[in-house]
Amino acid sequence: MATSNLVEVQNVTFGYDERQVLKDINLVVPQGKVVAIMGLSGCGKTTLLRVIGGALLPDRGEVRVAGRVVNKLSDPELFALRRRMGMLFQFGALFTDLSSFENVAFQMREHTNLPESIIRDLALMKLQAVGLRGAADLMPSELSGGMARRVALARSIALDPMLMMYDEPFTGLDPISLGVIGQLIRRLNDSLGATSIVVTHDVAEALELVDYVYYMSVGKVEFQGTPDQVRAAGLSSLRQFVYGEPDGPVPFHYPAPDYRQDLLAQ
Amino acid sequence: MTGRIAELLRALGARIINNWVWRLGFAFRFLWFTLKESGASFRRFHLTIREIYFTGVLSLIIILVSGLFVGMVLALQGYDTLVRFGSSEVLGVLVSLSLVRELGPVVAGLLFASRAGSAITAEIGLMKATEQLAAMEMMAVDPIARVVAPRFWAGVISMPLLAALFSAMGVFGGYLVGVQLIGVDEGSFWSQMQAAVDFREDVLNGVIKSLVFGVAVAWIAVYEGYDAAPTAEGVSGATTRTVVTSSLAILALDVVLTALMFRGT
Repeated sequence: MATSNLVEVQNVTFGYDERQVLKDINLVVPQGKVVAIMGLSGCGKTTLLRVIGGALLPDRGEVRVAGRVVNKLSDPELFALRRRMGMLFQFGALFTDLSSFENVAFQMREHTNLPESIIRDLALMKLQAVGLRGAADLMPSELSGGMARRVALARSIALDPMLMMYDEPFTGLDPISLGVIGQLIRRLNDSLGATSIVVTHDVAEALELVDYVYYMSVGKVEFQGTPDQVRAAGLSSLRQFVYGEPDGPVPFHYPAPDYRQDLLAQ
Repeated sequence: MTGRIAELLRALGARIINNWVWRLGFAFRFLWFTLKESGASFRRFHLTIREIYFTGVLSLIIILVSGLFVGMVLALQGYDTLVRFGSSEVLGVLVSLSLVRELGPVVAGLLFASRAGSAITAEIGLMKATEQLAAMEMMAVDPIARVVAPRFWAGVISMPLLAALFSAMGVFGGYLVGVQLIGVDEGSFWSQMQAAVDFREDVLNGVIKSLVFGVAVAWIAVYEGYDAAPTAEGVSGATTRTVVTSSLAILALDVVLTALMFRGT
């Protein structure tokens, strides 16, 4: 049976003022898959995620999620679609005035009329899924970076979304937390029957867990393929990225005038 | 020479339009959205009650203590002047009219702007800087309805109550100094006050003033927080702007309201 695409990005161009960040991007995310968008910092991958989520409107092109053109929806329609999406922000973005439990219960309280006893059970189940039921009463300031990320993950799956978006989920985590988050992304995607987009520059972790990779460089998709194809790819900038080489097509030095002339100028 | 003057005028005009008119337009649009999205603040009144606690209840100490001191100073200064004309028995009138008409709303407003207004701006600004507002939007919850409107209404509701408490404490402070310390006749102090202070003309007009100041401070505070650049510097700048703009707005509005309300009648 052919799988349909949950997300389709067609010829999307986007810029902040004069600066073009996304240049004619095309990509698809098939239903049920975990897809990574990888690339160097500043290559436009987080911007692309925001365009998919409808937080930014593309200058040209269109973004379809579940068959609906995101950039042409009215505000109420966009909000209705977002109730079926979950997003994990880079540093969790937990509400600092609410406990872990209240953070997870937030969307249930806002969007449903469920009785308190059911909200309690559901929120505890989500916390259990990320292994933090015991931290339900802790405030965000009492959580470690990895724990905060897991609570934020529990919060983003609160309403069982069809599409999960992860913005740099591995940044700043210790190796154990990093592995835990990686496993959770895969496990939750499969058990919820969701589809996931992971924006990351953490190559080793991402290649272990995703089904397909889009590699972006300066606002364009430069390469796409399965993790094995990425490892075997001959593209020199991708090789430099995957193996973490300090110099190569992406130079170590930021463009500057001649070093000798600069030193002797005065 | 004419060219340079024209250039200067053009630069000044551009500055006024870009920095003031443009921002003012945005602020009015923001106020309109806040009012439009205020339904939840009343339907789910516990959200507003929570903010009233943070903006109103937690401002009580500074308001009550300042009110007491201002009333005491008014009595000391007032007695010193009145006794020269042999009219020390109208001390109660002087203290109460000064407070309910003027000092209550204005000083309570200034204190409210620096205590609660700055806190509202910093909180919303930090929520923006830490992507909490963006996360809320991605969860299909409008931050203006959920975060901004309850804080705005909490400010509007708290301000007149705080100003009334400030005035009441001020009158009590005036009584302590005037009657208990200096020895002005207690009967004259209270009866003259009761006879001279009109509920509609004085008390109600003072309440209206404090309500207007409450709207101004709450509006400026939520707008500056929401508009803050999402950096440490941006939030600190927005907090400063809230205190400065609110204070100037209170004093300017006070001139206008006083001119409209009290015309020597």
